[in-house]
This record gives sequence, C-alpha cells and structure tokens, in this order.
Amino acid sequence: MTTPPPPNSDPARKTDWMGGVMQKRIKSRYAAEQRFKLLGLGAVALSSLFLAFLLFVMVGNGAKGFITTEAELTIDLPAVTGSISPDQLTASRLDATLAAIDVRRIFDIAVEAQYGEGSARFFATTAWTALRNELTENPNLVMGKTRFWLPTSSEIDRAAKDRSTPQAEADYALLRKAGEVRQSFNWNFLTGSDGTDPAQVGIWGALKGSLITMFITLILAFPVGVLAAVYLEEYAAKNWLTDLIEVSINNLAAVPSIIFGLLGLAVFLQFFAMPRSAAIVGGLTLALMTMPVIVIAARNAIKAVPPSIREAAMGVGASPIQVVFHHVLPLAIPGIMTGTIIGMARALGETAPLLMIGMRAFTTTPPQGITDPATVLPVQIFLWSDEVNRGFVEKTSAVIIVLLVFLLTMNAVAVYLRNRFETRW
Amino acid sequence: MLDKMAPTGTSHKMSARDVRVFYGDKEAIKGVSIDIDMDNVVAFIGPSGCGKSTFLRAFNRMNDTIPSARVQGDITLDGENIYSNAMDVVQLRARVGMVFQKPNPFPKSIYDNVAYGPRIHGLAPNKTDLDQIVENSLIRAGLWNEVKDRLSESGTALSGGQQQRLCIARAIAVDPEVILMDEPCSALDPIATAKIEELIHALRGRYAIVIVTHNMQQAARVSQKTAFFHLGTIVEYGDTSNIFTNPREERTRDYITGRYG
Repeated sequence: MTTPPPPNSDPARKTDWMGGVMQKRIKSRYAAEQRFKLLGLGAVALSSLFLAFLLFVMVGNGAKGFITTEAELTIDLPAVTGSISPDQLTASRLDATLAAIDVRRIFDIAVEAQYGEGSARFFATTAWTALRNELTENPNLVMGKTRFWLPTSSEIDRAAKDRSTPQAEADYALLRKAGEVRQSFNWNFLTGSDGTDPAQVGIWGALKGSLITMFITLILAFPVGVLAAVYLEEYAAKNWLTDLIEVSINNLAAVPSIIFGLLGLAVFLQFFAMPRSAAIVGGLTLALMTMPVIVIAARNAIKAVPPSIREAAMGVGASPIQVVFHHVLPLAIPGIMTGTIIGMARALGETAPLLMIGMRAFTTTPPQGITDPATVLPVQIFLWSDEVNRGFVEKTSAVIIVLLVFLLTMNAVAVYLRNRFETRW
Repeated sequence: MLDKMAPTGTSHKMSARDVRVFYGDKEAIKGVSIDIDMDNVVAFIGPSGCGKSTFLRAFNRMNDTIPSARVQGDITLDGENIYSNAMDVVQLRARVGMVFQKPNPFPKSIYDNVAYGPRIHGLAPNKTDLDQIVENSLIRAGLWNEVKDRLSESGTALSGGQQQRLCIARAIAVDPEVILMDEPCSALDPIATAKIEELIHALRGRYAIVIVTHNMQQAARVSQKTAFFHLGTIVEYGDTSNIFTNPREERTRDYITGRYG
C-alpha cells in the first residue's frame, strides 16, 4: 500500500473517509482509548485492593482489642466479713464500710479458695478495684453470696483469644477447670487511659488529647489562614514582597513536620516557657503546620470566585470588605473547607512534631485542660507499638481503628458542612 | 471639538475633560471629552477594542480594580471631580450604577439581589420600606409580574433576559443618578433585547443613561445622543439622528454603513 498524499495537496482529490487506511486509523484510535480505560480501571482496582487489605488486617487484628476476658469468681461475702447491717450501706457510710471490710483482702481470699494457692496471677492486678466498683454500685451484694465477673490478666486474656506462653496456657487450663471464663466487650478500653497492663489500658486519654489538640489547631489555623489568604488576595499590593511571602508559604507547606516540632520546642517551650507535653503546645505546633495548607487552599478558592460577582457587588457600591464578606468568602467557603479538611486530617495523624514537644508522656489520666500533660492517638499508637508486652499488639491495632473512625467522622462532618454551604449556580 | 465645549461643571450631570486611560504603558483612551445630560440616553458605538467600555468604566472608577490601569484628566459628577481624594468611591458607585455585559446576579434569592444595595447603604429603615424598594425596583425594571410569586428563588435560576433585568433592578434599587450599561444586550436573544430597550426608554429622564453597544440599530433606537469611538478617541459626538443620517466624518460614515467594525 502506498502512502496517500497529504490532504488537500491535490485539489481534485477528495479525502476518502470510507477507505481502508482511514478505517484502520479510527480503529487504532478506539483501541488506544480502550487501553487507557483498562489502565485506569486497573489503577483504581489496585488501590481498592490495598485499602481493603489494610482494613481487613486492621479490623482482624484490632477487633480483639475491644474484647476482654473475664473469669467468674464466687464470693460468699457474709462468710468472710461477718454480718453487716443495712444502715452501714447508706450512701454516706458506704465508703467507710468498704474500707473497713478491705475489699482487696476479700478478693485474695476468694481467689485462693476457688482457684488454689498463688492463683491471684490469673486476674488482672486491678481486678479487685473492679470488684470494689461493683460493690459501690450495688451495695446489697455485700449481704449475700454472688458470682462476679472479673478481668483476667493479659496473659490469660491472650491465651483465651489466641496462643500464649506455655505457662499462660497451663494457667488458662487451670482456670477453666475451676471456674468459668467468658469474653465481653471491653468498655474500659474506651473509657480508660494508658497503663502498664495491656489488658487494662484504654484510649480515652489519648482520644481526649487528640480532641483538645485538634480543637486548638482548628481555632488557630482556620481564622488566621483564611484572613491571611483574604489579605494576600484582596488587599496586598502585587510586588516582590507579596511574591516572596507567597513563595515562603508554599515552601512552608512542604516543610517536613518534625521541623515544626523543633520550632515548637524552641519557640513555645524554651522561649515562652509553656508547659511540656500539653495539648496547647501541640495545638499551636500543629496549627503552624496546618496554616500554610489552609492559606494555599483559601487563596485558590478566592481566586476561583468569578470576577463578575465582585464587579456586581462593587457596582452597587459595596466597600471592599463588604465585597469580601458578603460575596467572595461565601462562594469560596467550600474550597476553603476542602483545604481545611486536608490540613486537619494531616494534623490528626501527625506524630513526629508532637514527640519533639514531649507529647509522648505516659499519662494514666485523661487531660483535664489544655495545659495538662496529654498524648494523642497517633502517638499512643507509636508508644504501644514499641511495647515489649505482646498484649499490646492487638491494642495497637484497636487504637488504629479508633483513629481511623475519628478521622472518618471528622471528614464526614466537614463534608456535610461544605455541602450545606455550597451555593448552586 | 474640545474648544467648543463649556468648562467643566455647569449644568451637565457628568463631564469628562481630556481623559486618558492607560493599561501599563499602553494608552487606551487618548484625551476624550464628553458631556452627559440628565434627559438623554447617550450611546457609545465603535469597533471592538476602540476603548468605549474602558471609557465607560472610568465614569464610576471601575478601572480602579485593574491594577495596571491609570486614569488622567477630569471626570465630574455634578461639578465634583470623581477622581479627587474627597470623592468616596463607594458612594460614587452607588450614585453611578452599572449594568454589565454578562448578566451577573448574585447567587442569592431574587429579593436579596435587589435588596442588597439598599441594605448596605442603609436606605430602608425597616422591612416594610425594604419590601417597597424591592417591589418598586422590580416594577421599574419590568420584572415584577414575572417574579412576584417567587422572590425567594435564586436569581441565577432566571433566564438570561430576566437576569439582566434583575441586574437593572438591582442597580436602580439604590436610586442612582446615572446608569452605565456596558453592552447589556450582547448576551441576550432579540426578544429579551427588545424588553431591555423598552426598559431604557422607560427609565430615561429619571436617570442619566450611558449605553455601550455594538449594535448600531440599538443605538439608533434607544439613544438621543451618540458618540462614535475609534482607536481611543471620539471621532464624532452629536444627536443620534444626525450621526446616523448625516455624519460629518468619513470614518463615522464608513463604520455606520458597515465598511469596517
């Protein structure tokens, strides 16, 4: 086949649309499109596969972290304590009564009686406080013989769920022989704080720390970021100084997060002498990190507002600030929110800068305020993944699930808000 | 032409004297003078890029928003120089309203579109007054009967012609003295265009109106005076009937008869 001459080279010759060469060319164009579509589909499938794998592994490992193992303990309280009159159990006297009968001693006696010498190790070190809490809630139990369900030690817990050391397996067999074992939802994991016994740790401390830190980050980074963007877009003169600021902000958004941690350490802790490990410092540091992201997103969103709306507002005599607050910002809000979501999600998952300012503290009580020592969920993951005790493995996966749920909730709220603000044209 | 005109001020609503507008180094308007009177509709005609829109935007200082634009010369409103420091640009734009080429209603309700100007200028002390202003403005813009039952619907949901009349209602809601129209019908169909032209007739006398148009028939229909722009200067300014039937300048005649433009 000879190559056809270029079109229009010969005025007498017309383009042969139906000819074989042309048909072949059309076919190859469709084939290219098909290949591209398959390639894209493959990319989407691959990323979905990774996501599914991640979720499968996390949920598979972490689900057990939400389950606790409890062993039955039957205590005949009057036999140990002697008779107690009902008026000793009134609200005002209950504490004194429980102290007098010594719940811990009762627990030890009951365990030895049921499971034999040295069997206290089957139970968690804090099991007697669980017993005490139950008695506080329901004082009348003191008057009779009751079966209590008390948390087991983390070795027994692991032996019950999975495999453990031969010693723990043997203990578990003994436990099964002398009493009953059951598994129930671990409320303590959601309400407790960090600890040394993996069976007894909780994430509320870290979750509350994350909530406080995120709140501080948001109330600092959002208004400052948006106002900076408005100023740069609407008021700043277009000169080398503005260009320099723009370049600096763009670079700031790309600075590794650990460097913001060092900045926070030098500025907030050393210069301003703020409290170490506190949520306020974590929030300030993460706000510094998040702000450039919000500034960039907000500037782009403001730039995307059609100039015709600005002209319309100015045309009826709106002052520059009225143009911004009545027209530009409402139209830019969805874009600003998108940037804020990205920035906040990044801040929520950040570990490195918080390590630099000491938010890796071992805190067994949730922070009560912005200056209390606190930790956050990602740092908690980091700390637990580093623990020698095998019991922390499932807890680490469980806290990852909590972090992901927190992240998804935060994003869902933001997306909902963004859609509410979205103006339809 | 310049020497025949009276000095700035006196009885004209707006006057321009030797106005030059620069975009960076490029001189877009090269020393133009014109007077605008209350009882006339003035049309600016001329080929694309001749500077008529740029000149129009100098009358309410819309060019201020373009960083590279610079204006020289004097433009007065009731004898007061609008480029002096004493002139408040926000108030100027309320007194000299503007209707743009592309209908640009706010993405708000029809009511809020019209009520926006009166609200920011504090023209209505209470809701009843504001309702009245909105109703009157929509009536005068010839839109009331079409939208009175759906004032809370979005202004952007209207048709193009309705949107443009909404923009006119929005401009007259702040009770301006002058209305500048920058090719208000170029994005509209002939029926919508006819409605806008009727509207311009109805508004004449109450407001001084300046209209930029590409459409010579439109200039002939709506205006009493016409200025023909070419390459940043006014070639000819006079009564519309004279310009179209008996132009003094050859360039005007060539343009009107369709030789270029």
